[in-house]
Amino acid sequence: MSNPTLYYIPEPSHWPIIGSVGLCTALVGAALMMLGSAAGSWLLAAGVLIVVLMMFGWFGTVISESESETYNAQVDMSFRWGMFWFIFSEVMFFAAFFGALYYARQYSLPWLGGEGPGILTNTYLWDGYEALWPYTADGPGEIGGGFTHMAAWGLPAINTLVLLTSGGTVTWAHHALKAGHRGQLIAGLFLTVALGFLFIGLQAIEYVHAFTELNLTLGSGIYGSTFFMLTGFHGLHVTIGALILTVVLLRCISGHFTPNRHFAFEAAAWYWHFVDVVWLGLFVFVYWL
Amino acid sequence: MSEEIRRMLPNLRSLLNLRRFAAVVFLLSFAGAAQAGWDTLNMPVGVTEVSRIVYDLHMLIFWICVAIGIIVFGAMFYSILMHRKSRGVTASTFHESTTVEVIWTVIPFIILVAMAVPATATLIKMEDSGESEMTIKITGYQWLWRYDYLDHDFGFYSFLATSREAIRDQAEKDENYLLEVDRPLVIPTGTKIRMLVTANDVIHAWWLPDLALKRDAVPGFINELWTLVETPGIYRGQCAELCGRDHGFMPIEVHAVPPDAYRAWVEEQTASATE
Amino acid sequence: MSEIAADAHDDHHDYHPSGLWRWVTTTNHKDIGTLYLWLAMIMFFIGGAMALVIRTELFSPGLQFVDPQFFNSMTTLHALVMIFGVVMPAFTGLANWQIPLMVGATDMALPRLNNWSFWILPFAFTMLLSTLFMDGGGPAGGWTLYPPLTLQTGDALPFVIFSIHFMGMSSIMGAINVIATIINMRAPGMHMMKMPLFVWTWLITAFLLIAVMPVLAGGVTMLLTDKFFGTSFFNAAGGGDPVMFQHIFWFFGHPEVYILILPSFGVVSSILPTFSRKPLFGYSSMVYATASIAFLSFVVWAHHMFTVGMPLAGELFFMFATMLIAVPTGVKVFNWVATMWRGSMTFETPMLFAIGFIIMFTIGGFSGLMLAIVPADFQYHDSYFVVAHFHYVLVPGSIFAIMAAVYYWLPKWTGNHYPERLGKWHFWLSTIFVNLTFFPMHFVGLAGMPRRIPDYALQFADYNMLASVGAFGFGFAQLLFLYIVLVTIRGGEKATDRVWEGAEGLEWTLPSPPPYHSFTTPPVIR
Ligand code: HEA
Ligand code: HEA
Ligand code: CUA
Ligand SMILES: [Cu+2]
Repeated sequence: MSNPTLYYIPEPSHWPIIGSVGLCTALVGAALMMLGSAAGSWLLAAGVLIVVLMMFGWFGTVISESESETYNAQVDMSFRWGMFWFIFSEVMFFAAFFGALYYARQYSLPWLGGEGPGILTNTYLWDGYEALWPYTADGPGEIGGGFTHMAAWGLPAINTLVLLTSGGTVTWAHHALKAGHRGQLIAGLFLTVALGFLFIGLQAIEYVHAFTELNLTLGSGIYGSTFFMLTGFHGLHVTIGALILTVVLLRCISGHFTPNRHFAFEAAAWYWHFVDVVWLGLFVFVYWL
Repeated sequence: MSEEIRRMLPNLRSLLNLRRFAAVVFLLSFAGAAQAGWDTLNMPVGVTEVSRIVYDLHMLIFWICVAIGIIVFGAMFYSILMHRKSRGVTASTFHESTTVEVIWTVIPFIILVAMAVPATATLIKMEDSGESEMTIKITGYQWLWRYDYLDHDFGFYSFLATSREAIRDQAEKDENYLLEVDRPLVIPTGTKIRMLVTANDVIHAWWLPDLALKRDAVPGFINELWTLVETPGIYRGQCAELCGRDHGFMPIEVHAVPPDAYRAWVEEQTASATE
Repeated sequence: MSEIAADAHDDHHDYHPSGLWRWVTTTNHKDIGTLYLWLAMIMFFIGGAMALVIRTELFSPGLQFVDPQFFNSMTTLHALVMIFGVVMPAFTGLANWQIPLMVGATDMALPRLNNWSFWILPFAFTMLLSTLFMDGGGPAGGWTLYPPLTLQTGDALPFVIFSIHFMGMSSIMGAINVIATIINMRAPGMHMMKMPLFVWTWLITAFLLIAVMPVLAGGVTMLLTDKFFGTSFFNAAGGGDPVMFQHIFWFFGHPEVYILILPSFGVVSSILPTFSRKPLFGYSSMVYATASIAFLSFVVWAHHMFTVGMPLAGELFFMFATMLIAVPTGVKVFNWVATMWRGSMTFETPMLFAIGFIIMFTIGGFSGLMLAIVPADFQYHDSYFVVAHFHYVLVPGSIFAIMAAVYYWLPKWTGNHYPERLGKWHFWLSTIFVNLTFFPMHFVGLAGMPRRIPDYALQFADYNMLASVGAFGFGFAQLLFLYIVLVTIRGGEKATDRVWEGAEGLEWTLPSPPPYHSFTTPPVIR
């Protein structure tokens, strides 16, 4: 079947429609949960389950196609372009939240505090409010009842180190893969996965700290909103990335990739680097500056 | 030659027919306008210096667009008429010319610059709210306006005055249907007035075409406007930002009166406020 | 449409389910293109029916037919359906059918993903339309979804937002596929600068989609958390700003309107040379102009927000940037006229729609330029003048281009010619009524009629009545379109491979209808 001039067109597939049903179930469930309906969480769980099944099925098919070398290098290239643009779309998704952070810090808060054209706003509507990022960044209405912001040089700095190291280990694993050093590959990848989950664990500790000791929640004005939105979505992406890497690790262990044919590995690595870079942005703009 | 003309004739005839048809449609659409006058067709000239400048700017750009349109569509229609296969023409093969590309990049650019200059000047003038003599705070609510005279410490709400029956077609609709309020905003003529626009619930927009004023009323923020009305009169507008169910039913009515009359009115208001 | 196309294939022994399941599981670009196009057709009638509800209520002053809240949800859903359910899927359908044919590929690059891109949409629109029956009614805050108003939506809110997430996912996956196909699947010798303009415009459109759909997704996610999780992105009391949403929305929204028009440019650039029997004038400048439009589209968004109270410098910047877009767009218009110039033209239906497109799109472009002039926009903004502007670029713009494309390629897809006389009738009826509908809106807008109102002052009555009559006329003319498409699928005069005398390009080298897998051996490009 492998024909270098013929593009491999997969047979009809039922996985996409299962994915749609799963996603739809999950989202309807989530919506019902938000509206306070008891059935919501069950639907959400069922939907997520279907999506997970779909992923196993769909990726399973692709993996077996890959292992039996059903498709040629051109298909591999299509996958690469697909992954590249998918990551670009993720970058733009984060851009929306970074944009919100930028807007809040650069415009809305200063205006509320009376800077520039905000002088009238401050005088007539929010008299006495002084905008100081991050100290009074819960806004003039003191939404959420006062909070302490998250310091940059504790856990967040450690987490930066953790993620940066994991970026290094995944590169190490990649080099090992290309050089055919199986042991190093598995070790490097294992370390990466471990560091990924360590990051998630530390992030969880940080959240508990925020909620219980700092009174910092999603409801803490624009500070809490941007903080949790950015770190939350990033955390979600780290989780996804770590899961992908776990699958790739398992595939490495069962001897799937060859030095010149390992798209899945590279895709996971790209994704991991993307997650890394987003974190650097977070560390600088959310925690540090 | 006669051959030529004969070939063109059917085209001309169909063109004439088309024109007749277009003329009928055109006349139909202007019949209403003829009754109600220019007002229902175009932007009002308005009663402030700014509104007149804006009107002129609008017309200037409109006529520039018309002129460009005539040239572009003219060339196109000429081509459609003359370069059709039914006239036996064979197609040329030219398909590139850097010279013309440059020409039709640069000329529009110059036209745009010519538009941008007066537009910029007007905008700078409009944004200059310095030296105003009095201040009114305008607050949008779902679905009414509130006016506060900050120099005199009084204010009031302004509701739609049209009856529900008129809206539901159960009563006659009068001339100012949907554009009338129970308590209009009263302002003095010949006075530079500063307006602070905000809202209490959702975004509204305060729009008075005759004054060329439109500004969003954003909850939690204040936007600034100014005006200087020259002619006494009653001016009407509407909320211009979708604000929910009755967005179409929160009109604006402004009575511009001479300064003496305004002072008398203010006294009346403050007197009744302290009672 | 490709029922017939499918029959033509017999050389393959792949697993092929039949009946409905075939369409659900298909990985074939033609099948998927067909699905997209039918979805667009159905949604067009649904969105159009909503427009007719709007026009019925606006036929005369007073409230006669619907509650204002329902009116607002009609406006909101009409726009969402027309944009996300009609124009975008129709273009994606055209892309699916045409891009592999035009670049000489077997199929799209990622066929399974292609299937998923489509099969998310029916779920998205079921979800969106079902909100009409929920507590508190459908979304009624306008398609722009501005908070705080949109946060007053009842139970519908999370469903609307999730359906938007769905549509976004679908568009992104579709766009990824288009890019991968164009970059990776071109036949040997098909250099980038040899690609048909339809392919070029779609490449750039796909880039815009991937760049801005995620931003919309992020924006509506913030709406959701503001409503249900206590965040304050759009709440001044918490340090946010309702206007922040508008910036995010229009950062998506303005590129979005070019997403709705760039493929049209590609369609028109394919049709004009065919019926002028003359190569497209200024190919490379067309490519650069498209790219410039796309680039500029990222820096003009705040022209939708001139009245929010931006600082002067901001208003000036966005005014100048917006005006600049007239330059590359003008280049396109001039090149089209130059393509027709000294050609040997015939006026079959696709050509009529293409010419109609150029004229009426340009009229819409002119009003766009007027809107860009900030001091004048203070008067135009949120009036029917804006409604007139964007319907001119969208209806006789995007929709006409889609129809032109369908007439142009339908003989290729089905192997049958459509009935030419009926096609011409369809064009003339559409053109007359579309102008009758939308031209008077310029007048009432200038005279002071705000948009999104269910009832209006008496001086606007005459033109509204005209517009309503026009809308019904235009709507019913579209039933003719549906009829023509159905008739052509079922039979008709057989089309040759070339179909049109002046047609150039790879798609015309294949039989009509083309085989199930388009180019199983890559064609040779001269
Ligand atoms: C297909 C969709 C489409 C397209 C192509 C455009 C094209 C343009 N639009 Fe439009 N627009 C919309 C869809 C579109 N728009 C929608 C949906 C809205 C409303 C959204 C909402 O609020 O709900 C809107 C609103 C909108 C506004 C906001 C109005 C307001 O709310 O106050 C503005 C303001 O600048 C604007 C400007 C423009 C400009 C300058 C162009 C330019 O691209 C046009 C360029 C073209 C030409 C100018 C004509 C051809 C050129 C020549 C022949 C060359 C020579 C010409 C000159 C030198 C003048 N548009
Ligand atoms: C591609 C986009 C697109 C398209 C194609 C259209 C098409 C039409 N639009 Fe659209 N419209 C928008 C995009 C579009 N619109 C947007 C973005 C808005 C702004 C929304 C907002 O403010 O938030 C808007 C708002 C809008 C308004 C303003 C509403 C308001 O401000 O309150 C009006 C009013 O007349 C209107 C009318 C029409 C009409 C008459 C058509 C016609 O072209 C439709 C043609 C009609 C049909 C195709 C009907 C066919 C149906 C039948 C013949 C009956 C059969 C019925 C069944 C089988 C059920 N539109
Ligand atoms: Cu208030 Cu619209
Ligand atoms: Cu725009």
